[in-house]
Amino acid sequence: MYLGRVVGTVVATRKADGLDGLRLLVVQPLNPDLSPRGNVVVAIDVVQAGPDEIVHLVGSREASLAVPAGLPLAPVDAAIVGIVDSVDVEARP
Amino acid sequence: MTLCRVLGTVVSTVKHPAYKGLKLYFVQPVDPDGNPVEPAFLAVDQVQAGPGDLVLVMSEGNGARQILRQKQLPIRSIVVGVVDAVDARNPLGPPEGTIARGEA
Repeated sequence: MYLGRVVGTVVATRKADGLDGLRLLVVQPLNPDLSPRGNVVVAIDVVQAGPDEIVHLVGSREASLAVPAGLPLAPVDAAIVGIVDSVDVEARP
Repeated sequence: MTLCRVLGTVVSTVKHPAYKGLKLYFVQPVDPDGNPVEPAFLAVDQVQAGPGDLVLVMSEGNGARQILRQKQLPIRSIVVGVVDAVDARNPLGPPEGTIARGEA
């Protein structure tokens, strides 16, 4: 699980069945000091996150378990599962 | 499972229902000497650990689902222990018995 900042959206008309109705956002993973780390990822959004918001995500197989109950499991490897209010991390040595 | 140092807390109000009531920590993987070895990540707390603690973190979804007793759970990493002591040679350090240059 990791922290990220929403930097954009992705629209895809032709896609796998499980992706129907899910919002796709472009997210920049972040370090504890909120500096960017690595490449952006595309994640499904189940908490209605907005642009520039700091969010937390879950990756791998568990991302597909974030889709609301009743919907088919989605073929995804990243899901936004929370909108972050605050990060309280002690200064690194 | 990996040895990690708890860096601090992440608070969110709007979140997936599975995260309700769970504390979310930023954890930093460390070697036996306490030096950072990999990028920090997030883990939920199951053992009332606190910032600064050395902890044991499990990063495997199936284990997480067993611990939290849920079938469909979008959670991978859980703090499962607070470490009292580590007694290990750092595998990345010099092998045991070697004499540092300049010594002897």
